[in-house]
Amino acid sequence: MSPFVAGLGQVGLLVMALAACYRPLGDHMARVYGAEGHWRLERGIYRLARVNPDSEQRWTTYAAAVLGFSFVSIVLLYLMQRLQPLLPLGFGRGAVEPGMAFNTAVSFVTNTNWQSYAGEEVLGHTVQMAGLTVQNFVSAAVGMAVAVALVRGFVRARTDRLGNFWVDLTRGTVRILLPIAAIAAILLVALGTVMSLARGIQVVGVDGITRTIALAPTASQEAIKELGTNGGGIFNANSAHPFENPNAWSNLFENFLLLLVPVALTRTFGQMVGDRKQGYVLLSVMGLLWTVMLAASWWAETHPNGVASLAAGAAMEGKEVRFGIPASVLWEVSTTGTSTGAVNSMHDSFTGLGGGVALLNMLLGEVAPGGVGAGLYGILVLAVIAVFLAGLMVGRTPEYLGKKLGRREVTAAAIAMLAMPTVVLLGTGLALLLPSTPDFMTNTGSHGLAEVLYAYGSAGNNNGSAFAGMTVTSDFFQATLGVAMLLGRFLPILAVLALAGSLAQQRRVPATAGTLPTGSPLFVGMLTGTVVLVAALTFLPALALGPIAEAL
Amino acid sequence: MTATTPLHTPEHDPYTPKEAQELHAERTGRKLAAGVFHPRQLLVSLPDAFRKLHPRHQLRNPVMFVVWVGSVLVTAFTVLEPSVFSIAVAAWLWFTVLFANLAEAVAEGRGKAQAESLRGLKTDTVARRLATNGTAGTEEEVPAVDLRVGDLVVVEAGQVVPGDGDIVEGIATVDESAITGESAPVIRESGGDRSAVTGGTTVLSDRIVARISTRPGETFVDRMIALVEGAERKKTPNEVALTILLSTLTIIFLLVVVALQPMAGYSGRQISVIVLTALLVCLIPTTIGALLSAIGIAGMDRLVQRNVLAKSGRAVEAAGDIDTLLLDKTGTITFGNRQATELIPLPGVEQEELAAAARLSSLADRTPEGRSIVDLCVVDHGLPAEPGDDERDGEFIAFSAQTRMSGIDLGDRQVRKGAASTIRVWVTSHGGNYPDRADDIVERVSAEGGTPLACAEIDDDGRARVLGVIRLSDVVKPGMRERFDELRAMGIRTVMVTGDNPLTARAIAEEAGVDDFLAEAKPEDKMALIRTEQEGGRLVAMTGDGTNDAPALAQADVGVAMNTGTSAAKEAGNMVDLDSDPTKLIEVVEIGKQMLITRGALTTFSIANDLAKYFAILPALFVALYPQLDKLNIMRLATPESAILSAVIFNALVIVALIPRALRGVRYRPMSAAGLLRRNLLVYGLGGIVTPFLGIWLVDLLVRLVPGIG
Repeated sequence: MSPFVAGLGQVGLLVMALAACYRPLGDHMARVYGAEGHWRLERGIYRLARVNPDSEQRWTTYAAAVLGFSFVSIVLLYLMQRLQPLLPLGFGRGAVEPGMAFNTAVSFVTNTNWQSYAGEEVLGHTVQMAGLTVQNFVSAAVGMAVAVALVRGFVRARTDRLGNFWVDLTRGTVRILLPIAAIAAILLVALGTVMSLARGIQVVGVDGITRTIALAPTASQEAIKELGTNGGGIFNANSAHPFENPNAWSNLFENFLLLLVPVALTRTFGQMVGDRKQGYVLLSVMGLLWTVMLAASWWAETHPNGVASLAAGAAMEGKEVRFGIPASVLWEVSTTGTSTGAVNSMHDSFTGLGGGVALLNMLLGEVAPGGVGAGLYGILVLAVIAVFLAGLMVGRTPEYLGKKLGRREVTAAAIAMLAMPTVVLLGTGLALLLPSTPDFMTNTGSHGLAEVLYAYGSAGNNNGSAFAGMTVTSDFFQATLGVAMLLGRFLPILAVLALAGSLAQQRRVPATAGTLPTGSPLFVGMLTGTVVLVAALTFLPALALGPIAEAL
Repeated sequence: MTATTPLHTPEHDPYTPKEAQELHAERTGRKLAAGVFHPRQLLVSLPDAFRKLHPRHQLRNPVMFVVWVGSVLVTAFTVLEPSVFSIAVAAWLWFTVLFANLAEAVAEGRGKAQAESLRGLKTDTVARRLATNGTAGTEEEVPAVDLRVGDLVVVEAGQVVPGDGDIVEGIATVDESAITGESAPVIRESGGDRSAVTGGTTVLSDRIVARISTRPGETFVDRMIALVEGAERKKTPNEVALTILLSTLTIIFLLVVVALQPMAGYSGRQISVIVLTALLVCLIPTTIGALLSAIGIAGMDRLVQRNVLAKSGRAVEAAGDIDTLLLDKTGTITFGNRQATELIPLPGVEQEELAAAARLSSLADRTPEGRSIVDLCVVDHGLPAEPGDDERDGEFIAFSAQTRMSGIDLGDRQVRKGAASTIRVWVTSHGGNYPDRADDIVERVSAEGGTPLACAEIDDDGRARVLGVIRLSDVVKPGMRERFDELRAMGIRTVMVTGDNPLTARAIAEEAGVDDFLAEAKPEDKMALIRTEQEGGRLVAMTGDGTNDAPALAQADVGVAMNTGTSAAKEAGNMVDLDSDPTKLIEVVEIGKQMLITRGALTTFSIANDLAKYFAILPALFVALYPQLDKLNIMRLATPESAILSAVIFNALVIVALIPRALRGVRYRPMSAAGLLRRNLLVYGLGGIVTPFLGIWLVDLLVRLVPGIG
């Protein structure tokens, strides 16, 4: 079987697995967020946290809860890292230095999982399990909660209540993420992923010197790392590490996990708004973008132009021989299209075009299919923009899902749309202005520029994948990338919740023949066009100096 | 309710089917009539365009303000370091600002001429004010500007009405052509729904006393002047939202350009401020930014051209959003007057006999109903329309409100037609017998929603007898069904409102093809219907003229008051139709839609244009750094300078090229939203991507000839 056919087979299996889970999981999530009763476990949590699960919040309160919860999470995570020597299972790995601790705390709370540290060298098991893994769950649940609040804005009419953040957070964690992650972790162990509290194993190398190969409670973190589109590996090599991702099957399974929730959320959306077609439209846009990106990257990596690559027949540098080109590009497109950022190959070593795909995939705003929750609200914001721009062309005040898009809605959507380009462009510009920046980089010219753009693109979009090839441990990068992650996460969330609040107050306008149809293939094209055009217009100059110059 | 009673001579009755059909033919199968645009208007408006270069004016439009600042910046740099290229860029950036001003100035200019003619009405009218204690004779002459609300004024034939008001005493014919453009005078009388008089109009006959209802300076004419001049123009909600989005895009492109400098610097080449500014101006949505206010003004102007005054742009916008149209049956869906549709003879009477009698009895009846009876006899029975020689000798009995009969006496023979009860009295008083069969027919016709008229005669022998019954029914105007089908395709539901009983209402509703009807409607029912629709999230439009329509007019999202109506109605509605044509509501909706479509189309076009501009400018900027980027120069533009300049020039010229489109509005045909979207996406989305590639390439062919550029 040629690699190409085998690759197609993998893509086929992946798509079939996703299709099989689409309805049950999507419907399950819709039920979870719409359910009346509470589980006993949940009641316990509410009692502990002293929240009344049956009171609903305005968008401002909901937003304050999101911000408050995230702020406390950052502080706790920061303290855990700083106080690591006092914690068990630290194996003498000392306190994490302040800049890195801040960056890491922000990174995991914002669902970015940008890692400026090498997991097995810097962090002990306690910080990994009680700190990072916990955030992997709750940061994902926060994203889903915000997305659900936005959908409620579309569904509800003439109310100022969007639901209860604490309930959405708890349910997302307890009823959705935990059960799936538990099953996935067991499956991963079965597939060979390591799960151990030991420090490591002693191995005598060929040179006769004894080395310690680090072990970690990997499978439990690996499962939620993919499922929650987090991407922060317990090992530095991430999913290219054989203990995290031992073989082709685990690779495919992890790939499936990271696409699972973002894809199924479109079904949840369709269910909640009472028109499944609306969900299929979003899924089609996401699928279309994902497929085109996959094809482009696949073609690029099998048609390289470097001397060494030509000799090898493909751009194998930086890729795992265990996975080969197809599984590497499949992962690359999935991990950058969702805001996961886990890697099973080094994106820095991809061809100009292949690396550009990873970069562009993030710069699209993480909507193909995007992070857990973040992908859904991201594409809904773009849908609002698309409807507003082109919707006027049917001769009515634009309306989406029965809600009119007026001044307040457009303002909120505009802020949500504006945040990411601002962070990425200003961050990149600022970093390049610094005279010391070239010293941190292993490359110059167009590839060097791509590395910096990638770093801020990854942080601003809460992706977390790294182009690597760049040392980001200086205080400047730790701080600016940290701020980029914060702004890239919470500015859109605030704007999205404001949008939801304003939508919920409106009446629902019944659809007529005069209403812009948003459940049609035409709208798929329109929305895809908007996503691509907005990203292209914003980033073409930067891309021209980076990957485009490199690829041509 | 009949909307209007112009003083037509019967020969000019507008409701004769033939004329109505011609009128309709004019309206259907048309594009929305385009306003006339002469290139000369561009020249005339130039001085205004220059005046608008003032920064205070520019600040109102964020997109164009950025261009303005860019122009100042580039000019400053050009003064410091002049070159052919920098001078050319500076000049064309100023042209860009100027062209935007021009678009607005042209749009405003079209209203100005109209405002001037209206101002002529405000010459120093002298008012004859009655002393407030009211006794006759205590009359004083005061300037019209000194009138206060509540003052009573006397106006006699040949005098100009000094201010807006309602007639409290008298009846008069009034020439309102100054406002409506309609030369036929109209009747105004105290009480009822035709009591309003407008300042500036002329009383042609009789004497009226009117109570002033508006303060000077706030009269209808004043407001009209302000409206057509655009002086009171506020941004409409949708315009505000669009401006926010355009500003956001502008900010994004500002960031793109700001971040480009360090990226370029890192790559080894600083970019000049002139080039960066040129890039910025090309990227930000200048096309729609420049034309946005012109589109709004032109939308109002298109309404004015159709003799509809919108009190705000908001109302015009709302018109495009209308989901439900409430249409009065009478005068809107059916002709204002009932028409004869059938002759039903009694047993023993020949059809021809009845027809002859019906015609004879109606020859003297000059009411529309009477004329329709003659018409029916002419068309169906081949009888002559005019009285024959022998008939002229007869004595005509004209219809009057007292007798409720009309007819003719030919020697001893008398023929009459009229309301059944009147005819019964007439026949029995002449010794005739009123048969039960006649009662049956009369009842049946009534039950079916028609109006029965009985026809009887006293023959030469002095024998009185009833001949039969004439059925008068509502006749749906031709073409209404097609109009409603169009509206349905546009997603608009039509509801017919009538005072008729449900049975009649249903029959007419089905014939006309409306979606729903409200029968036996009282004003409060109408109000309730509007509220219900609005509760369901639908926007409602209606027309009205009576004082009892006022609350509903105010409640409706778009309320078009008839100019013939009371001032209360005109005050409550957010539009006034000077022609008092209730069908125009449909056109108002189309104009609203067209305005929104124009905005959306030009926005899409503007943004889609950016792709080609990148392909022109990016290779130009960086080809020195990365020669391989020349592959992106797919238009094969001559030099970096010519490429950048061509993009700037194209960007400026496209504004001028689109001014007529902005003023006329994009082509609009009633169709479903899906159809409209597909069509407009193709034309303005795809067209917006392709056009600039061609345009920039063409401009470059010329620009490359300039020494120092090519």
